[in-house]
Formats: sequence, C-alpha cells, structure tokens
Amino acid sequence: MNNARRNPLAAILVILAGLLVSGGGYAVASNAVTSSTASEVSQETVDAGKKLFLANCASCHGSNAEGGNMGPSLIGVGAASVDFQVGTGRMPAQASGPQVMKKPVQFTEEQTAQLAAYVASLSPGPSIPSEEWVGESALASGDTSKGGELFRINCAMCHNAVGAGGALTDGKFAPRLEGVEAKHIYEAMVIGPQNMPVFNDSNLTPEDKRDIISYLKYVEANPSAGGEELGGLGPVAEGLFVWIFVLGGIVVITIWLGAKSN
Amino acid sequence: MSDKSKSLAKAEDAEHDYSAGLAVIAPDAVKDPGMEPHRVRMTDKSEAHEKRAARQVAALFLFSIVSSAFALYAYFAFPIVEGSNASVRDNTLLLGLGAAFGMLAIGIGAVHWAKTLMPDAEVSEARHQTRGSEETRARAIEIIDLANKESGFSRRKLIRRSLYGALAFFPLPGILVFADLGPNPEDSLKHTMWKKGTRLTRDPDGKPIKASDVTIGSVFHVIPEGLAELEHHKLEEKAKAAVLLVRVDPTILKESAERKDWSYDGIVAYSKICTHVGCPVALYEQQTHHLLCPCHQSTFDLTDACKVIFGPASRPLPQLPIAVDAEGYLVAQDDFNEPVGPSFWERSVNE
Repeated sequence: MNNARRNPLAAILVILAGLLVSGGGYAVASNAVTSSTASEVSQETVDAGKKLFLANCASCHGSNAEGGNMGPSLIGVGAASVDFQVGTGRMPAQASGPQVMKKPVQFTEEQTAQLAAYVASLSPGPSIPSEEWVGESALASGDTSKGGELFRINCAMCHNAVGAGGALTDGKFAPRLEGVEAKHIYEAMVIGPQNMPVFNDSNLTPEDKRDIISYLKYVEANPSAGGEELGGLGPVAEGLFVWIFVLGGIVVITIWLGAKSN
Repeated sequence: MSDKSKSLAKAEDAEHDYSAGLAVIAPDAVKDPGMEPHRVRMTDKSEAHEKRAARQVAALFLFSIVSSAFALYAYFAFPIVEGSNASVRDNTLLLGLGAAFGMLAIGIGAVHWAKTLMPDAEVSEARHQTRGSEETRARAIEIIDLANKESGFSRRKLIRRSLYGALAFFPLPGILVFADLGPNPEDSLKHTMWKKGTRLTRDPDGKPIKASDVTIGSVFHVIPEGLAELEHHKLEEKAKAAVLLVRVDPTILKESAERKDWSYDGIVAYSKICTHVGCPVALYEQQTHHLLCPCHQSTFDLTDACKVIFGPASRPLPQLPIAVDAEGYLVAQDDFNEPVGPSFWERSVNE
C-alpha cells in the first residue's frame, strides 16, 4: 500500500480524477444552464453542423461565425436563433433587401438541428423551446384570454390584433402569424429576429409565451363570426370593399332605375 | 309624343303661366330643348314581349316569396349553437340574405313592372313660382290680424310678457346639461401618475421591472406602479402614463447634456402616446431603432431623443427620466417634464 501511494503515477491519477470530476461537473452544470431543454448533443452532430455551416453560411457569417460585412456574428445567438432562421427558410438569405423573406425551407430537420448544435456549441445562447411550452398538450392548457391580452399589449401593434401582420417603415413588415409553427413563434419572441424586439423570460415568462401562442392557435382554429375577414386587416380592406362593390352596386341600380325600357 | 300627353303638357303650361316675379332672367338663358322624340317600347309593339315582361315581374315576386321563405327556413335549419362562432355567422348570413332578396326582388319587380308595362307617356311639369298670388298674401295678413285680435296678443300685456319670459327660460335646462361636458381638466393634462420614485411595472400585471431584466433589444410595455390597482379613472391615467421601455447599446444613444442622466446604461423610457393625435406609438424596430405610430406613420428616432423623422407629428415623444433604486428596480426620477400626447388649446408651444 505504502509503495503504491508513493508511486509517481498516483499523483497523475489523482490529478486526472480531480480534473474529470470538476470538468464533468462543470459540463453538466453549464449544460443545465445553457440548454436546459435541448437533448444531449453529440460531437458528431456538432461536426456535421460545422461542415454544413462552412458550406452554406460561412460566406456571409465568416468561417468561425464571427460575422462580416454581409452577415452578423452568430456567436451567442443560440440554437433557437438557428432553428428559427433556418427552420422558416429565412436563412440562407436569398437576396439583400429591407427584410429577409420567409421561403421554402432549404435544409432537412436533421440538418437544421446539426447547424443549431454547431452554433450553440460556439457560445451559450437561447435554446430551442421544449415540448413543455410549445407541445400540443401545453398549448391546449394555455390561457387563451390572458394570451390575447398579452398579445394585444406586446404584439398586436405590429402583427395586428388577430396576427394578420402589418406594415413597418421602408418596406419592412411584421409577418402574418397564421400557420407559423408554435416553436418558431416562441423562438422569435426569445431572440427578436431582424427588426422584432426581444421579449425575454422576465418580460414574458414561458407561461406568458405559451398563452400567447395558445391565443394565436385559437384564433386560427375559430373562423370569424363576421364572415369573410378580407385578410383581417380592418377598416382599409373593408372600406375598399364597400366603396368598390357596394357603392358600385348602388350606382348600377341607380342607372338602371333611370334608364328607359327597350 | 301621343296626343293625350301633348294636351296634358299644354294644360300644365297654361296653369303655371306666372310672371317671373323678382327673378332675374338672363338674356342668354339656355333654351328649353323640348321633349325628346318618343320611342315606342318593345312591350308596346309586340304582345309576346309584353307577356314575357309580365311573366318576369311575376317571377321576381315569386322569387321574393321563395327568398323570404328561405330566410324562415334558414333561421331554424342553421340555429345558433352556443360557443360556436361559425354558427352565428351562418345563421345571420343566411337569414339576412333571404330577407334581403325577399325585399330586393319586390323592389326590382315593381320597377320592372313600371318600366315595361305601365304607360310610358312623357310628361313635363313646369316649375311653379314659390311666391303666392296677391289675394293669398292679403288673405294671410288678414288671418294673422284676426288671430291677434281674437287672442288679444297685442292687448293683453301680462300674458304676452309672461309668455316671453317662459320662452326665455325653457331652453335653460338644455343649456345646463352642457355643464356635464366638463369639468374643466385644469392642469390634469399636464401631469401623469409618474413621480419621483414610482417604479416602472409591466403592463398589464403591474410586476416591477429590474434593470437587469431589460436585455439589449428588449421592449417592455410599462405602466406606473399602482395603476393596475386603481379603482377610478384607470384608463384615463393609463392613457397618459403609458411608457415604452427599450434597451439599446449605450454608445449609440445621442443624449443632450441635460438628459445625460435620464437613461440607465442604455435603457430609455419614452411616452407611448403619439404627439400627433395620441395613438399608442409602439412599433419598435430593433435594428433601425425607429418607433412607428400605426395611425399616421409618424416615425421617431429612439436613439436621438425620439426626434420626429417622418410623418405628421410635430414634437418628439416626451422622455421619462429613470434611475435604479437600491433593490435594482427601475424607478422614475420625476414626472415627464412636458405634457404628453397631442397638442391642446392651453398647451404653450415651449412647454
């Protein structure tokens, strides 16, 4: 025993064991903080993501995602940002313009997950929301009336009271929210993509965010009691309809009333 | 023109052959072009057309019956089910369409009847003068004099004067109710609920906000502490005190010397009430730092004291000076230093 303890290898073993415990412990702890919801991500996934990144994203965002003239740095934007931008087809961007548009998704779900894992591995950032907040059952249990109130206070000025979207300055616009996946709505609130502001968890708690999404899904599932919504855009579309079709009809009837019969 | 209608028109002319009275007759007045040549209708020329028109009118009236009956049927066949918006829509839409066509078809049928089957003689009816004849006017004066004599309106001073008094007093209650348009707002338009030390809290639940909660790019919709608990005039107070809280990179803020300490580490608070007509300005663009008003597109530059950069607003949004209290919560340093919202009569330009 004595001999073994004095063995020079013993010191190395002790140091190794210490490193393992502290390093592993830190890894577990930091994992719990940064990606409390994401499932374990393997190194292969991150590597695959890096390959995809270098092939598809690095020309604008830089080969180490450090950003450049064409695109911002992605260090610290988190998996949520990648999942939103790539998962809705906004990235890779098609052209520069006032706003990067939604378009058909360019990557498979697996590839999106790999890219997200790579970007998340660079620096801690917001993670993809878990089923706890955006799953079917979570949304079914959401408080739609509270969600509606929060939506009207925080979102409706840009996205319209029923999420029909609306115009901003210089060609930018707040997109329509109908048909947008729950997790993408959640991610947008967390990351504040493009010109949308950030709604962090101390502003809108995860419960609040879930309620807002529940409200939007409720509006989507329930047709308007007033009949044709005309895009849900309110008085402009409705007024235009009345001016053209109703007044037009009245003019036609008036002309017919005054015309002589054959 | 048929003989019958010609003679009718002549008779009318004779009947209304008045002098021009006091009217000025322009020498180059447009000449009356007379009647257009009469065009005989198909329904007058051919019996088949006439019969067809009669059938069309009857068909329209029958369609009206069917529509009205459909409205009755739809009311029962598409009942309003509690909790279903779609059922309300179907019920009201079909009931309404049935009732509308029920009425419309009667109208169209009646007009079609008149246009195709009823006599179509053109008749001109000359405009008669509005001035009565001398006899009528003299007779009217006579009647008034007689009424005055019989009622004694000129003779009975007491009755006449008391009537004048009554007429003078009866509008007063009507005028009094205008007092309810008040009271005069005094200086309430110039002050809001914000005062030194009032915490900034979240709309709608009134949860206080820590400076550390406001991450860069965040927007908080803010009400003063205590507003959510107000029992009276809550909306009036909210309409004045609503604030938008945003954090930007402190280096991009252009702050004047006197406003240097109004923000906290890039966190700025501005009134949400547009200085144009008072809409809530809350469309914040994170990258451009523009605040857009949805009503008339007034645009404010958040990094430059909310200066107006586009649109009809004439003044920047008032800034709420903020600080952080001992517990790390954001508080107001004071009320706004100018009245919030649109201009009003008593607001001086330099306020």
